Amino acid sequence: MTTTHLLIVATVLAAVSYFAGRARAWSVARENGGIRQLHSLPTHHGALVAIWCFVPALLLVVVWKLAEPVYIGNIVNANVPAELSAGDERQIALYRNDVENLISDGDASQITDDGKRALGERLLAQRSSSSLALTLLALAAALGGAAFAYKRIAAPTRARHSVERVVKFLLVSSASLAILTTLGIVLSVLFESLRFFQQVSFTEFVFGTSWSPQTAIRADQIGSSGSFGAIPLFTGTLLISAIALLVAVPFGLMSAIYLAEYASPRMRNITKPLLEILAGIPTVVYGFFAALTVAPAIREFGSVIGLSVSSESALAAGAVMGIMIIPFVSSLSDDVITAVPQAMRDGSYALGSTKSETVRKVVIPAALPGIVGGVLLAASRAIGETMIVVMAAGLAANITANPLEAVTTVTVQIVTLLTGDQEFDSAKTLAAFALGLMLFVVTLVLNVIALLVVRRYREQYE
Amino acid sequence: MNDILSPPVSRAGLHEEPTANTVLQEIKATVGTATVENPKMQARNVDVHYGEKQAIFDVSLDIGNNEVVAMIGPSGCGKSTFLRCLNRMNDSIPSCRVSGEMSLDGEDLYGPDLDPVLLRARVGMVFQKPNPFAKSIYDNVAYGPRIHGLAGNRGELDEIVTESLKRAGLFDEVKDRLDAPGTGLSGGQQQRLCIARTIAVSPEVILMDEPCSALDPIATARIEELIDELRQNYAIAIVTHSMQQAARVSQRTAYFHLGKLVEVNDTNSVFTNPQHELTENYITGRFG
Repeated sequence: MTTTHLLIVATVLAAVSYFAGRARAWSVARENGGIRQLHSLPTHHGALVAIWCFVPALLLVVVWKLAEPVYIGNIVNANVPAELSAGDERQIALYRNDVENLISDGDASQITDDGKRALGERLLAQRSSSSLALTLLALAAALGGAAFAYKRIAAPTRARHSVERVVKFLLVSSASLAILTTLGIVLSVLFESLRFFQQVSFTEFVFGTSWSPQTAIRADQIGSSGSFGAIPLFTGTLLISAIALLVAVPFGLMSAIYLAEYASPRMRNITKPLLEILAGIPTVVYGFFAALTVAPAIREFGSVIGLSVSSESALAAGAVMGIMIIPFVSSLSDDVITAVPQAMRDGSYALGSTKSETVRKVVIPAALPGIVGGVLLAASRAIGETMIVVMAAGLAANITANPLEAVTTVTVQIVTLLTGDQEFDSAKTLAAFALGLMLFVVTLVLNVIALLVVRRYREQYE
Repeated sequence: MNDILSPPVSRAGLHEEPTANTVLQEIKATVGTATVENPKMQARNVDVHYGEKQAIFDVSLDIGNNEVVAMIGPSGCGKSTFLRCLNRMNDSIPSCRVSGEMSLDGEDLYGPDLDPVLLRARVGMVFQKPNPFAKSIYDNVAYGPRIHGLAGNRGELDEIVTESLKRAGLFDEVKDRLDAPGTGLSGGQQQRLCIARTIAVSPEVILMDEPCSALDPIATARIEELIDELRQNYAIAIVTHSMQQAARVSQRTAYFHLGKLVEVNDTNSVFTNPQHELTENYITGRFG
């Protein structure tokens, strides 16, 4: 039986044990004079039997599958030709791959090479016996576990406590999954970055003002050792994000105020989903909107009033990105503004204040923590945004605060670094990981600040 | 100016119609005296509808200067609705319609020239649940004076805030922490803060909608003392579920039942010698 089949059978067995355990708990209850005499409900007893059936079998399969490759590796090592076993591991792996391919149809008898045929037959035999042994052992574990738990069903058995411990363990492991994934991503980026910093010094990367990641592709190429100063990229990211926020915060906040305070319910029901569609437009569509429509329009307008605007300006990318993140600001702000209690508004009206005074001086200050949270979320989104800037912001690593010039961003450079045909351990490619790490640190700091701001206001006003 | 309002008795007669076979049949017209010699606010033949449903039926009532009028009655009898009409707080409910006449110093509250924002500066309101703003104690009290430009400089504003807090009986408890958030005070302190906030704009009338229902007896006693002191300068209307409170703080008491004003008279005579059977049933605890 394959592992999949085995797991399906174990699941079916677990379901059967659940019903059997529950039925037995009911009969125990009847013998003892009613369900009140049981410590745990019949469903708890059933669930406990099912757990005892499924979990040991699952653990056995997992351990077996982890141990099997080690065992097979030993068989291969013992059966390779003498001239290879003295050689390096890569050749053994190659030999083994060859054999694996030859026996992929489950038949080793057609192999011409004697040594390979012997190994192939050995592997096939080992596999079938291993599979049989696993099936038998797993079924034994499932049935044995279920029988053990089934026999333990009695009035005082604390099945509920055991089941709830298992449920709690499941919840904890689900929560850990996200954390562990984040940790894994951070570590993998961190180790690649460390390799990068062995080639390029950390200070040069963080404080260098020149970005030109052209390294030699072949050893005999001359010159281009590349310079990896990340400052131009971060100023570019900062400039574009700042423009995006300058667009998104006023527009987002004002539309949120309109929706929450002024719009009629009908208007709100129509407008809010429409506004949220903005967040659903693929960023690549925003990208060519920025590159083909907004950027030329800004350049035209600039030439009319006598300004020189480069065709890939930070302004075009930032403005379009700002429109993209309007829903982040408006939707979150709308929620927190709506959550401000009506009693607070009434208090303000009862003192003779107008609607706009009430909104400006009572509602917005009360909703501020949530609004700040929304803005910082939008900022993280703007800093990490890639597609719009790839298409509209250009590749020129200028250090400038002029929104009419072309700049490049961290994300754009990561994309260009990784889409070449470079070796994967060259400084050029590894630089992408270092940039990713820096970007991660920046957004992390931003999120921490957001949390602190929100918490400070919470303490003050709740 | 008062002559725009006709005497209550003749108008009440016009609305007298045979009704269905309910307890309402007994409420033909308000028993007692709804008018006073020196009225601050007047209501005549007021009907209030929420959409199709009528919440107030033909209520006429005066609120005099320097007096506390208590409005009592079972839940849902319309006393809060009536109170909220007096400073047009019901404007924010789209389905609410008010007809009849209401006036402040003879000025029509629902007339075309009246700005509800200015009205509410003259007719302040204290709510059932304390609702301080998410601001410091100082800013809570200074809010009204600031939006109405009542203080020319910081010194004057300080004085208004201090004076209002003193009159609300809160100053001594909070004088060292005026910058602390108003929401951090206890329930009774929050309610006194809301009263301080209301009197900081120097209104002429104060409406109180069950101001003590969320407070403990000690905090309630302080607020009742405060109401009695405030009477020297303001006209006050208070909605309450506590008949003892109505008896303690008010000079006149109005008993509402199912949207109708059943009886209004001197507090003393309402509680010792109720004229209407419904009033008697309510104050003796037979229902409500």
